[in-house]
Amino acid sequence: MEQLPSQQHPIGIYLKIWFLLFVLSTCSYLVDYFQLEGYLRWTLIIIFMLLKAGLIVAIFMHMMWERLALIYAILLPPIALLILVLMMNYEAEYVLLSRFIFFGDSP
Amino acid sequence: MTIAADTTTDKPATQRLIHDWSSDKDVFKNVSWGKAMMWIFLLSDTFIFGSFLTGYMSVRISSTTPWPNPSEVFALTIAGHHIPLILIAIMTFALITSSGTMAMAVNFGYRADKHKAAGLMALTALLGATFVGMQAFEWTKLIVEEGVRPWSNPMGAPQFGACFFMITGFHGLHVSIGVIYLLIVASKVWRGHYDDTHQKDIQMSNDIRNTNNAKNYQIVEITGLYWHFVDLVWVFIFALFYLW
Repeated sequence: MEQLPSQQHPIGIYLKIWFLLFVLSTCSYLVDYFQLEGYLRWTLIIIFMLLKAGLIVAIFMHMMWERLALIYAILLPPIALLILVLMMNYEAEYVLLSRFIFFGDSP
Repeated sequence: MTIAADTTTDKPATQRLIHDWSSDKDVFKNVSWGKAMMWIFLLSDTFIFGSFLTGYMSVRISSTTPWPNPSEVFALTIAGHHIPLILIAIMTFALITSSGTMAMAVNFGYRADKHKAAGLMALTALLGATFVGMQAFEWTKLIVEEGVRPWSNPMGAPQFGACFFMITGFHGLHVSIGVIYLLIVASKVWRGHYDDTHQKDIQMSNDIRNTNNAKNYQIVEITGLYWHFVDLVWVFIFALFYLW
């Protein structure tokens, strides 16, 4: 009989990740508080967002202790979303361009 | 942690992956069906929120009118100080805190400490309800005081309202459902519904039957997966909608 792996881990790791999430949230809030602009702002937002998301999925949702069969089944399909984002990005820029060409500067 | 009673543990991870996916049945070895189905549901939810955020990106890029500055829209004046985005920051911390208490609940569940697990789940639900309460305050302020509507608003691009109500509304709905789900499971855990003696009468598949009493508290982990996902979605909404 197969036995389920109990996802039992030391409490310490949860407390550390919890603390890290607080620090990262504070950092992303400070990006806005100090009114950082442009690429610096966007890069920092994305970095903090991905770090937080990664920690939640890997540790709190126990993904790093799961087998590859589950990890791939869950983490690979969202790549389709990234492709959608990429395509819609070009599409939206085209729409914006069309609006400027056909409707002039004022909406 | 080791995976017990698995004939492929000595093989490399990629070989185990191929073995799992080509093994005729039970692709997700050592994962109960409840947990596998929750993961698949969460994957489908990822696509829903992903599509919302992609739609938001499209209308924001293609808008010829300036997008309202979220930093200003969601600023509050507390004790005479004008603080940008403060309410959203507090909501973020409430949700992060609830994720932490949920992780603790899962941990105590596996330690078969049902009262601590149930108590922490109730605390998680309370923090979730606080989050929804603050969101209700935020919506009221935007609708009543600022005059934001799904089709127009005084601050700029009219699509702002549609994106805001759709994305945060759907997320708030998830949090509300999560609070109810948490309270139901917490009360069942507290009353000992998942104890071994109780479960013996229930027919269970070999995959799920366990020798270890603590394993029956896997429902806490499944509930936790949903709750952490709600927090995960908020991470993306916070970054892409409120901070961008």
